[in-house]
Amino acid sequence: MSTTRHAKVYWTGFAVIIAVLAVAPLVLPEFWRRFLTEILIWGLLAMSSDILIGYTGMVSFGHSAFFGLGMYGAAAALLMVKPPNLWLAIVYGLAGSAGAALFVAYFSTRLRDIYFAITTLIFSQIFYVIIFTWTEVTGGENGLSFRRPELGIPGVYSVPFTSETLHWFVLAVVALSYLALRRITQSPFGMVLQSIRENEARTRAIGYPVERYKMMAVMLSGLFAGLAGVLYAVQNRFAAPDFVYFVVSGEVVIFNVMGGIGTLVGPIVGAAFFLSLREFFSRVFPFLASTFNLPQIAEFPYLIPVGIIFIVMVIFVPQGLLGFARRWLNR
Amino acid sequence: MTSPASSAEPLIVVEDLHTFYGKSHILHGVSLSVGPGEVVGLLGRNGVGKSTTLKTIMGLVTPTRGKVLFQGASITGLPSHKIARLGIAYVPEDRRIFRLLTVMENLRTGLDRHGVTEARKQELLGKLFEYFPRLAERRYQAGGTLSGGEQQMLAIARAMMLEPKIILLDEPTEGLMPRMVSQIREIIHMLHRERVAILLVEQNVPLTLEASQRVYFMEKGAVRHHAAASELGVNDPVIHQYLGV
Amino acid sequence: MGLFADIPWDIIAIQTVNGIVTGMILALVASGLTLIFGIMDVVNFAHGELFMLGAYIGVIVLGASGSFWIALVVSTLTIALLGAALQITTLRPLLGRDPLTTILATFGLSLVLQNYALWQFGPVARKIQEPVSGHFKLFYLEYPWYRLVIALLSAAIITGLYLFLKYGRYGVWIRATTQDRVMAQAMGIPVPWVHTGVFAIGAGMAAASGVLFGPLVGVNHAMGLDWVLKAFIVVVVGGMGNLGGSILAAIFISLLEAYASIWVSPSQAIIVSSVVLILTLLFRPTGLFVPTPK
Repeated sequence: MSTTRHAKVYWTGFAVIIAVLAVAPLVLPEFWRRFLTEILIWGLLAMSSDILIGYTGMVSFGHSAFFGLGMYGAAAALLMVKPPNLWLAIVYGLAGSAGAALFVAYFSTRLRDIYFAITTLIFSQIFYVIIFTWTEVTGGENGLSFRRPELGIPGVYSVPFTSETLHWFVLAVVALSYLALRRITQSPFGMVLQSIRENEARTRAIGYPVERYKMMAVMLSGLFAGLAGVLYAVQNRFAAPDFVYFVVSGEVVIFNVMGGIGTLVGPIVGAAFFLSLREFFSRVFPFLASTFNLPQIAEFPYLIPVGIIFIVMVIFVPQGLLGFARRWLNR
Repeated sequence: MTSPASSAEPLIVVEDLHTFYGKSHILHGVSLSVGPGEVVGLLGRNGVGKSTTLKTIMGLVTPTRGKVLFQGASITGLPSHKIARLGIAYVPEDRRIFRLLTVMENLRTGLDRHGVTEARKQELLGKLFEYFPRLAERRYQAGGTLSGGEQQMLAIARAMMLEPKIILLDEPTEGLMPRMVSQIREIIHMLHRERVAILLVEQNVPLTLEASQRVYFMEKGAVRHHAAASELGVNDPVIHQYLGV
Repeated sequence: MGLFADIPWDIIAIQTVNGIVTGMILALVASGLTLIFGIMDVVNFAHGELFMLGAYIGVIVLGASGSFWIALVVSTLTIALLGAALQITTLRPLLGRDPLTTILATFGLSLVLQNYALWQFGPVARKIQEPVSGHFKLFYLEYPWYRLVIALLSAAIITGLYLFLKYGRYGVWIRATTQDRVMAQAMGIPVPWVHTGVFAIGAGMAAASGVLFGPLVGVNHAMGLDWVLKAFIVVVVGGMGNLGGSILAAIFISLLEAYASIWVSPSQAIIVSSVVLILTLLFRPTGLFVPTPK
């Protein structure tokens, strides 16, 4: 497929998808509207993780820390500064997640593979414990709640978010993030990252300061994860330590694997797939329970079938749902 | 050394083996055979695929095409532990003894098999230590503390503990002093007397010609020539063709 | 603050004993984990869940039989079998692939097992009665005998493991497989089954730890999480695959946490272990207790 033909197909597809996602909130009931917005936010988080997993070859179990600190950073801005300012929330959130990313990057990028994965996990748990126990600042177990900021420039022009406009805002942020990340992964910097993924020793031998590149990758990944955290805070109006717990990191990795690593959009699809399965199973079991009079399966946890599907995919479909399109999406 | 009658059912038959390492096509259709109790040499320059051939027979490498038959039955693609239990033993190029295990423990990895009584084990060990008194002396020492020559002895001894029908020997004399080289020659003779077949990959031409009944020559991943060892002299043009610089 | 003058020596002594007791259980959990990693290069994320399920089976068998010791044995064997089954179905297909896939697979397993326990047993914690009641006087405290029993039993199990590895016939197989998987297989050692066996042993040890630890806390579906995190810290600090190192590291970290909880709350004590981890990663990444840095 020639380059121009590829570009045409690609951008047409992109435009179509954006159009569909933009129109969706106008036709969907409220619950599904929020569901779609959530998919986009989790998708952004998973996409940020793909920078590390798919492009640099570093599996991180610490993204809950970046996400959570983005959320709490936004919370800080929205609580401390009146009137609540959307852009300030974004800045604070990014600062928070950048700080966490710097910490993680400094210690972990010297470690290979498994050690890196475990260390990021433990670090994110450290953040969890700090947030959970530092009740005066973070609200501890109960988290923080706050008002949603308005869209616009305070003082000049601002309008409260409606469900639709919030969705469009999130869609715009996620789409722009995708485009930015795509640009970055196709840049020389991105090429070095991929070279590190393919053969770290060789990349180092050629002369690239591999640790520095890895640190930048972690920072980049952390920033976009923090951005997702800010969006989540704005959408839901609260910040809670649950989102810093490592299970969130684990779910992010699941989104990546299910959707297809190294594709940027794959993780978004993975998030959609996972969350849809969750909705499906959460409804199917109570339904079956009442239809067949089996009360004990009404509460059957959705994570059991979803977890099994995940394991099966790791073994048999490790490239994920979009894995087949990986080359194509990266051109 | 006379050539054995080719009417004997061959022990190992390798047919048209092709293997790859990543994208590199290493073996381009190797075919050879070894009869029961035969010593067969495999000669060729470095990198032609001699070791890979042994590894493929042993199941350490899976061929993309071709077959390996042992006593008439296909063993292609079987896991190595099953192949070892069928009666094929492997002594790799870099010896690869278990460095952190003692000499005794190294031997036990081959000795501890189903259907071998304790009495038989002691018998085998006794005979072995007669052939390898140095190993007997060092039997409780860690494998990694042995000298290069002793490690080679251990690698062969360990293989013998499997009571194999054939031993795949990969460059046993590499890096050894001349005195040890003649010890290796003695061991090969001894194994031949015990009716253990040997497929011998070697760079040492005189040793190979003297110990083997037949010799194969490999070049660029395939067997190109085959002759009885007795028909070849050390300075034969064939030798220079396949081994010369 | 007159900190040194006010050092509560008796509390420190008590916390030392507590630290050693917890350390021995942590050592038992971590040694299973490090064994699995050292031999199979598998990071078993589901280890905490095996611990938790072991405790639950202990509860059930104790209820049915009335004997703690029968519960301990049955639980260990059952979870060992479960471990073998899990290894055969989910980990064997992954042999030879990127080791990170095993982290993902075992993570998936941990989610499934944990939620299964939640569904099967409900969110309310259960209790295991300690088999040995009674206390003795430790300074001013009535210290339960049972805690010493735990420490001794854990030590006994770990010693048993060590002896099995050093002298048993299958111990030789396991050690050979660890050193050179390919040659071990070429010597006729059925390496896939060695892996299954090792995983089963690790699982059994986790289960035994769960049952032993049960009487100290409530048994609930989430109890595995904290342990697996701490066990990971222990394994990294002690040196991946280094059995002796893990045991020392487990006791070291538990002692530090026990001392720290004199001054801070227990949930914050994990920060102590994390600091140890950070320092280890900075200065001795192969492990604090590894004899010679590689």
